[in-house]
Amino acid sequence: MDYRKIVKDGLWDQNVVFSQMLGMCPTMAVTTSGTNGLGMGLATTAVLVCANMIISALRNFVSPQVRIPVYIVLIATLVTVVDMALNAWMHDLYRVLGLFIALIVVNCAVLGRAEAFASRHGVLASALDGLAMGLGFTLALTLIGLIRELIGAGTLFAQASLLLGANFAFLETTVLPNYGGVLMMILPPAGFLVLGLLLAAKQHCERRAARAASTQLPAAAATAACH
Amino acid sequence: MSTLALWRDKLSYQPLSLAIIAMLTSGALALSNQLTHDGIRQAEQRDLQASLVQVLPEGFADNELLKDTMKIAASDGKAVTLYLSRQAGKVNGAVFQVSGRGYAGDVVVIIGIDASGTLLGARVVKHQETPGLGDKIELAKSKWIRSFEGQSLASPPAEKWAVKKDGGVFDQFAGATITPRAVVKAVKGGLEFFAAHRQEILEGK
Repeated sequence: MDYRKIVKDGLWDQNVVFSQMLGMCPTMAVTTSGTNGLGMGLATTAVLVCANMIISALRNFVSPQVRIPVYIVLIATLVTVVDMALNAWMHDLYRVLGLFIALIVVNCAVLGRAEAFASRHGVLASALDGLAMGLGFTLALTLIGLIRELIGAGTLFAQASLLLGANFAFLETTVLPNYGGVLMMILPPAGFLVLGLLLAAKQHCERRAARAASTQLPAAAATAACH
Repeated sequence: MSTLALWRDKLSYQPLSLAIIAMLTSGALALSNQLTHDGIRQAEQRDLQASLVQVLPEGFADNELLKDTMKIAASDGKAVTLYLSRQAGKVNGAVFQVSGRGYAGDVVVIIGIDASGTLLGARVVKHQETPGLGDKIELAKSKWIRSFEGQSLASPPAEKWAVKKDGGVFDQFAGATITPRAVVKAVKGGLEFFAAHRQEILEGK
């Protein structure tokens, strides 16, 4: 198993949001600020790692005909347990994240990874895949959230100390003091707008890289042969 | 593994495995519900306590409000839970929730009223109003909600209990009239409810 490829796929090549276009519902709903995006991303990462590990461990016992209901039941149970545990023992965090946790069940990225990866690979590789995909999701959500927050409210990582603890209060910055704010950036349409622009930017980067590679064709062909 | 592969394709294996998974997950849910039940209840009580304290001046009550409750049926038949504030055993005020229909769903407001029927404080505890427009009813966004403090049904008079656009005394926000209108109406309804049941409330249980 090529672990470096798993990490690279998760963070960039197969990024849940920017390449697979999965999990759009939480992406649009929670990215009104960088902190919200980060919180949702981290919660999803935790669920993804656990779900991938459990499903990978059970993969030989689940017959293909009933695999989807089995995965859904397992994921829903996991999310509910996380929801209850956070509510009981980390209540301050729950007040910030509470709304998003239940949303993880409907994030098709979790079921998608169970189906596409965890049901075919070992526990360790599946855990790494969950971690990489989750961090890629976190990266995308935090980036979209920061852009919307900066233009919409003039701040970055507002209320981060509520999510990460008082030690992270330094993250909270007001970039534009006395800024009136652009309401549209906080409302749902701007989620699509920012995502569209970021997708275009990613495409642009990849095309340029591909063009650069094709001009040095002999060298590229030589490396490709090695693989 | 080969016997497992053979078993896996049998028709009876599939519902059986599904049933076993369902039973295991139900067990896991029941267990975690058992483990977290007390913790969640305590956390919710702490939240409620924190919101109750916000609408009363410091030192107003010397009892534990959470343990001193009474229920009164409102005119629409729903029971309202009142948290009684006491000083030396005598009821000197009450805290309860009221709600009004906002722009997007109900706006829930918690209000504290003293024995004479004067508002001690009001806070919005739950709403789904438009961010940036209607959410100025939160104390974190604007001081508007404090304009209720010290008001009663006598001052301003009943017909002035409305937003300025409707000829009342309370400010509305630029771009949002429905939300503050809902809050004003809910708070006024709460004061009227208190006035109607004042005797009952002041006697305590």
